[in-house]
Amino acid sequence: MKLLLLATLNGVTLAALYFIAASGFTIIFGMMRVVNMAHGSLYLVGAYLGHDVASSSGNWFLALAGGAIGAALIGALTHALFLDRYQGQDLRQALVTIGLSIIAADLMLARYGGLSYQFDVPSFLYGSTPMPIIGGYPTFRLALIGFAFAVYAVLWLVVQRTRFGIMIRAGVDDRVMLSALGVNVPLVSTLVFALGACLVGLAGVIGGSALSIAPGEDGRYLLSSLVVVIVGGMGSLGGAAIGALLIGLAEQIGLAYFPTYSIIVSFVIMVAVLAVRPYGLLGRPA
Amino acid sequence: MKERMINMKDVNLKKTLLVIAAKINGKRINMKAVNLKKTLLIITATVTLASHAVAQTSVRIGGLATLDGPFVVLGQEAFRAMELAFEEANYMAGGKKIEWIKESSDGRPDIALAKARKLIEQDKVDVLIGPMSGGEGLSIKEYAKSVPAKTFVNGFSAAQETTLVSPSPNFFRFSPDGAQWQAGLGSYVYDAKGYRNVAVVSGDYSFGYTQVLGFMTEFCAKGGKVREKIWAPNGTKDFSSAIARIPDKVDAVYVMLGGADAVNFLTQYDQSGAKAPLIGGSNLLDQTVLSGKGPFRNRLVGIPSAHMVADGIEDAKYQNYVAKYKKRFPDALSAPSAPFFGYYIATKAVIEAMGQVAGDLGGDQAKFRSALAKVKLDTPAGSVSLDENRQSIANNYVTEVAQRADGVLYNKVVKVVPAVNQTLNQPRDAFVARGVPSRDNPSCP
Amino acid sequence: MAEERHVITTQWARRSLAALALLAYPHLVPEFWVVSIGAHAFVLGIIALSMTFLAAYGGMISLAQMATAGVAGYTLAIFSAHAANTGASLPDWPWAVLAALCAGTAAGLLIGAIAVRSRGIYMLMSTLAISMILFYFTQQNTEVFHGFDGFRGVTIPSVAGESLRGPLATYHLCLAAGVALYALVGYLAKTPFGLAIQGIRDDPQRMASLGYCVALHQVMAFGVAGFIAAVGGVLSLWYNGGISPGSIGITATVNILIVAVIGGLGHPRGAFVGAVAFVLLQNFAVDLVGSDRFNTLIGFVFLFIVMASPDGVTGLWQRLRHRSAKVKAGGIVTQRL
Repeated sequence: MKLLLLATLNGVTLAALYFIAASGFTIIFGMMRVVNMAHGSLYLVGAYLGHDVASSSGNWFLALAGGAIGAALIGALTHALFLDRYQGQDLRQALVTIGLSIIAADLMLARYGGLSYQFDVPSFLYGSTPMPIIGGYPTFRLALIGFAFAVYAVLWLVVQRTRFGIMIRAGVDDRVMLSALGVNVPLVSTLVFALGACLVGLAGVIGGSALSIAPGEDGRYLLSSLVVVIVGGMGSLGGAAIGALLIGLAEQIGLAYFPTYSIIVSFVIMVAVLAVRPYGLLGRPA
Repeated sequence: MKERMINMKDVNLKKTLLVIAAKINGKRINMKAVNLKKTLLIITATVTLASHAVAQTSVRIGGLATLDGPFVVLGQEAFRAMELAFEEANYMAGGKKIEWIKESSDGRPDIALAKARKLIEQDKVDVLIGPMSGGEGLSIKEYAKSVPAKTFVNGFSAAQETTLVSPSPNFFRFSPDGAQWQAGLGSYVYDAKGYRNVAVVSGDYSFGYTQVLGFMTEFCAKGGKVREKIWAPNGTKDFSSAIARIPDKVDAVYVMLGGADAVNFLTQYDQSGAKAPLIGGSNLLDQTVLSGKGPFRNRLVGIPSAHMVADGIEDAKYQNYVAKYKKRFPDALSAPSAPFFGYYIATKAVIEAMGQVAGDLGGDQAKFRSALAKVKLDTPAGSVSLDENRQSIANNYVTEVAQRADGVLYNKVVKVVPAVNQTLNQPRDAFVARGVPSRDNPSCP
Repeated sequence: MAEERHVITTQWARRSLAALALLAYPHLVPEFWVVSIGAHAFVLGIIALSMTFLAAYGGMISLAQMATAGVAGYTLAIFSAHAANTGASLPDWPWAVLAALCAGTAAGLLIGAIAVRSRGIYMLMSTLAISMILFYFTQQNTEVFHGFDGFRGVTIPSVAGESLRGPLATYHLCLAAGVALYALVGYLAKTPFGLAIQGIRDDPQRMASLGYCVALHQVMAFGVAGFIAAVGGVLSLWYNGGISPGSIGITATVNILIVAVIGGLGHPRGAFVGAVAFVLLQNFAVDLVGSDRFNTLIGFVFLFIVMASPDGVTGLWQRLRHRSAKVKAGGIVTQRL
């Protein structure tokens, strides 16, 4: 009983982290049909930059901001320089981002080395929270759930209640028409890409605080974001939440009860969804 | 001798091909150009021969370590070690000048093999020192069997099978294997700490199985029990559910994880509020973890572990060695790591053996290899010699984490186990009969 | 008529020259280059050929080809009587090789059956996920696949008493396999099956309305690619003397993509061109940028090729030679991309 409860909580909190990381990916795809294979690299860049800010300022919240803004800037540059010119050629864009991710991974390895880094989380977020049945549970992981809700709420507000959000939704439906209405579509696209990158940079700092930062994290979070977004549906925020829950629970309950092959479960789910319902649980055809 | 002569057949063949190619393309054959190319070929061949002749007064040593992939920090340590050893010998061995050629792998056996081939066949090294990781070691050992005229000296790879099962006569390992690295720990925690019932959390691959074997062989022999073994697949970052599986009533948890995994586990274990004390496999408390910064440091003091070296060795010779490291590499780790030590003694052994045969690598290096097999190294961590499979017999150090006055954490030595051999000083036949380590071997529930 | 004859003669002349050059190659270069560059390039090229075949003629990009090759490699390793630590062993190595080729082709068909349910970028991700499943499975399963360590000590067998282990024999084996598979692909492209595949690549709806079973043809194409990859897998196992999960992991998979893209996804010869470029870079990047930064270099080359010339190096070459804006096959693939 205790194990099941712990595994479930672990799954839900991990899902919260996956959701924050995948939310950026799904927004970028929803608006621009770009599959950003450098998504994991943006996660890692956000984490490292946030760590630099944390080391020099000693403030975790500044690190959050630093990681998010740094990743957003790099994301905006990436889109403007490399991706905008290939609008419409999604396979080519995927290949370009793969190339960028290879370069980024190696450059970050050169700059930050192979050691793993951690964040000094503010003390009210650290330690163990007493809970019934299981005794104690890491406070930061419970905070992850709070972060995920905050991100969802802010994104929902932006997309549903702001002018920018209207432009995003219109661009999803009909890009050409949006341009005809006088909106600077390339600029909006770059801003959306920056927003997505900002979210994943934020996830980098948060993930680095819950777990750690090390080379190889980029591949991991790219794959997990891919799985989450495919399962939930490309372009759907609610879908990303459901997908994250499904994958997070599958991983942790798997690790608790049948660890040897648990690591395969999320990929099997992804292949199954792609074969049976390619647009995911809550997605729409392009 | 064949390779020393310019192969005129080759040169003339090339000339003929050039002529044919020109004819097919319908161009007029410029015989002057063709003959010029022939002359250039002869010149290049001569120059190569000349440099090869010069090379006889030098010895080429190849270094293979992981500067790519997950073991980058270890690879950097490895090359620092070789550099220090070469500098201490003034880049001379047995009267010959040392030429050092480095290659990097990423931990994957296929890549290590490709790089070893490049070093041996393209760069023509005489001796290859490396590789770093267990899987690479198995691959290099097999390759060594196909190149009997060259010598391979292990860097840091610690898989047991490399020298215990089907060893290669030209593969030498001066560093102990993963099981040897745990000698003394099982009995120490049983006697000194009083643990009777331990749970195991380990990476799910052969190095994990080997280390657990090293620990459990002694612990179970004393009467200890291991009721739960939790294997975390490679690639696991989130150990929360593995931690959840640890039974409530254990005296301690034996943890075999390294690098980033170790940091993750320690943080998550600390945050989960679990109370059971920890026992460390060799990697859990190595330099990269002790040098790290993070809240998990609070839990580290007092954790016992074992390895072939420890930064807490108080011997004057060892302290001298540490001081040399700090002086030569001020931007590196706070103390030389285990991979540094492994590559260091490997390089020292090669230089020593070269000195003993006065640099004679003739006769397919037979003399050199028999000298190498008999080398008795007096290393900063004790005496090292080789057994009949060319596997190291060395001291092992049981440690506990302690804190110095300036707050720096280090591994204090609590017990020294002298001259541990590959069968953990148990009868060889019985040891080998138990089979290779696996998820279920050994077992004492 | 005279012009036609001239074209055919030139084509045969060029092919003979190429054959002569490939046969003479091992005698012209230092020994290291024979196997570690020459044979290695062919092995890598064959696996990349399976990807290029699907891309050029089928319009499908599959990231599961390395894993398919791995299925064949693992099958052979498990059955190989020469493996140092193995379970079952079949009486003769030809049977083991046959089993491996069948396993690889079957894997290709199975993967195809799953993958063709998606298009374009979704197929890319589906095949990537399948690759990851196979990778983690071989890593976790210790009973059959030997887990993280895999198999070592597998050696090329002897044929009729002659060992194939020598560098010349290895090179010629890989050369023969590469040439044979390249010819097979060229031949298939002109058969009714090949033409149907290309038609499906260009316009699946029209082909369906003409009565062709689109999915079946695509799955068969995956089967052919699976066979090609299986040959590559067998050769790769012999070349490396073993196989482990790292041989089919994410790095190895992306490397095949890099090889195929650099060479050019528009024509089968791109696979081998890319393989040569990759192997040369891998071996000699040390001298250019130092051993640490090989990945940055290969990343830049890959990025440059994708941005400057989607048909890769062969596309660039053809454009320079013909000085025309688009080459037929390459152009269509570019549009598809």
